[in-house]
Amino acid sequence: MSGVLAILEQRDGKLHKMALETVAAAQQFGAGLNLPVFAAVPGSKAAAEPLSGYKLDKVHAVEHDLLKDYTPDGYTAALRQLIEQHGPKYVIFPHTYQVRDYAPKLATALGRTLVSDVISHRIDGGALVLVRQLFQGKINADIRFEGDAPHFASVQAGAFRADNLQPGSAPIEVFQPRLEAAQIRTKPLEIFRESQRAVDLGAAEIIVSVGRGIREAENIPLVEKLAAALHAELAASRPICDNGWLPMERQVGSSGQTVAPKLYLAVGISGAIQHLVGMKGSKTIVAINKDPEAPIFEVADYGIVGDLFQVVPAIIEALGK
Amino acid sequence: MKIVAAIKQVPSRDSLLKVSPSGKWIEEADLSYEINEPDAYALEEALQLKEKLGGEVIAICAGPDRATQTIREALAKGTDRAIHIETSDQTPSDPLALARLLSSALEAEKPDLVLTGLQSDDFGYGQTGVVLAEIMGLPHATIIMNVEPESNGIKVKRELEDGWFQNVWMPLPALLTIQSGATKLRYATLMGIKRAKTKEIRKVQPAAAAQNAAIRLERIYLPEKSRRSQIFDGQPKEAAAQLIEKLRFEARVI
Ligand SMILES: Cc1cc2nc3c(=O)[nH]c(=O)nc-3n(C[C@H](O)[C@H](O)[C@H](O)COP(=O)(O)OP(=O)(O)OC[C@H]3O[C@@H](n4cnc5c(N)ncnc54)[C@H](O)[C@@H]3O)c2cc1C
Ligand SMILES: Nc1ncnc2c1ncn2[C@@H]1O[C@H](COP(=O)(O)O)[C@@H](O)[C@H]1O
Repeated sequence: MSGVLAILEQRDGKLHKMALETVAAAQQFGAGLNLPVFAAVPGSKAAAEPLSGYKLDKVHAVEHDLLKDYTPDGYTAALRQLIEQHGPKYVIFPHTYQVRDYAPKLATALGRTLVSDVISHRIDGGALVLVRQLFQGKINADIRFEGDAPHFASVQAGAFRADNLQPGSAPIEVFQPRLEAAQIRTKPLEIFRESQRAVDLGAAEIIVSVGRGIREAENIPLVEKLAAALHAELAASRPICDNGWLPMERQVGSSGQTVAPKLYLAVGISGAIQHLVGMKGSKTIVAINKDPEAPIFEVADYGIVGDLFQVVPAIIEALGK
Repeated sequence: MKIVAAIKQVPSRDSLLKVSPSGKWIEEADLSYEINEPDAYALEEALQLKEKLGGEVIAICAGPDRATQTIREALAKGTDRAIHIETSDQTPSDPLALARLLSSALEAEKPDLVLTGLQSDDFGYGQTGVVLAEIMGLPHATIIMNVEPESNGIKVKRELEDGWFQNVWMPLPALLTIQSGATKLRYATLMGIKRAKTKEIRKVQPAAAAQNAAIRLERIYLPEKSRRSQIFDGQPKEAAAQLIEKLRFEARVI
């Protein structure tokens, strides 16, 4: 195969929402490096079907009874066989929670290092240079692979756009790995949801969202006042909900709710990727932060650089006028 | 139960970061440091499990001299002893190389459970725990919110995306990567701080043999601003008035 292989995720026979952008990334790497592009879907042939409509040399549906429920041992063993049999030069994943769970294990099993959470790439002297973020998005790093292929990378949600996908037609081929139940040491049990979602942030037109810049629980009323003045729902970054300063159901981000209101005001939120994925579809974004370098300003339409304890009261006052 | 907690020392969260002239790393001179946030939760989980089940908690940290401070804090909170892998100039920036260091320092320990944070605040690979599990031949689970000991293993609660969770059963020994925020962190007591001074910190020199690194960090830099935002950085009153004006008449969202 010696090409670029995109390994995708599915649950219950449906592709993960990052699947197509990962194929787009693989196609871009393939075009730049002049390599054919392949895809693989572990666990379900049905999930692989929609990929037949894209420009791919082949889609591997990796099927086995022991892959029906995800386990890191099962997935690693199966995909290792696929990789060893087909010898891709590059293996690309979406940086999902499931991929975080097994891709580093797979790379390690083959003596390689996965470059995780890549935001962009360029081709330099025929080689791939990957860009990833350090310090929660405050600094970027250029990374190159050393040594022999296969090289492993996972791409960040939203970094490569699915609308750049090249259509085409791809044959789907079943790959059956050799697996035994004894290889799988962990036992996946029930999947469940916990927080009662009494507030539907998805329906809110205006959201005031508060982060760790608020410092302590006693200061929450300040943003409550701002929310009231704007007739907005109140939301928060994860640490605020972890601390119990606001209920879990108000958490926005990859492990909370995804929202897209008309107006999203981020108050004292740094803009870590796990927060951004939950709100960057908002129509208008306002950021209030004392750090002019905070990553939240990258997605903001309007920003105030300053101390929220001065800025928020000033906004409340200005709204009253 | 013998539990190892991997803790990393990272620049404090609100640090203003500057890239060093070499472009290889940040200026470290004026920074203050703290424990990587999820690692504080990994350590807390370890201490709570020890309180429930008895046994021993061992902290392991690879870092330069300054990491001693973070190790002492862990000891003051109730960690029994620590292993400090002294990486004098720079800790490996390759999670595979780093996990190899951790694994060889842990060889003699044979822990029942290894806990790491799910991600470091500086490199942010989100990998070291999983890589370490593979090297040590342990089953693992990531992004763990809760650990329940059972007679023949443990049941853990894994965070999935979009507010979903999954329970997973696994045998021991095992490795878990711990998510922030699942429990309350304890503070060190005065007594704990005093006791910490007498606790063992085993110093380990990393094997000199450089690994064949599989990746190379070529350079670091501040992200180019694609800034499409209008910034108001005047006095709060003025900035607030400008913002409201824009929201009313330009964006027309209020
Ligand atoms: C697997 C995983 C899942 C996650 N899921 C989520 C999720 O769903 N949602 C989520 O939000 N996070 C999530 N996180 C956590 C995320 O990575 C960040 O740690 C978190 O979003 C940071 O929250 P914050 O911006 O409130 O805090 P910080 O990053 O600490 O930022 C605080 C900000 O406030 C500013 N500030 C401080 N004081 C003031 C002041 N006086 N005035 C103005 N500004 C001030 C600072 O400059 C800073 O930018 C997840 C992480 C992982 C690893
Ligand atoms: N230098 C280190 N010393 C001890 N533990 C570490 C070190 N680097 C990473 N870890 C552990 O591995 C986890 C994940 O780190 P990372 O893969 O860099 O995101 C951290 O939360 C720590 O628990």
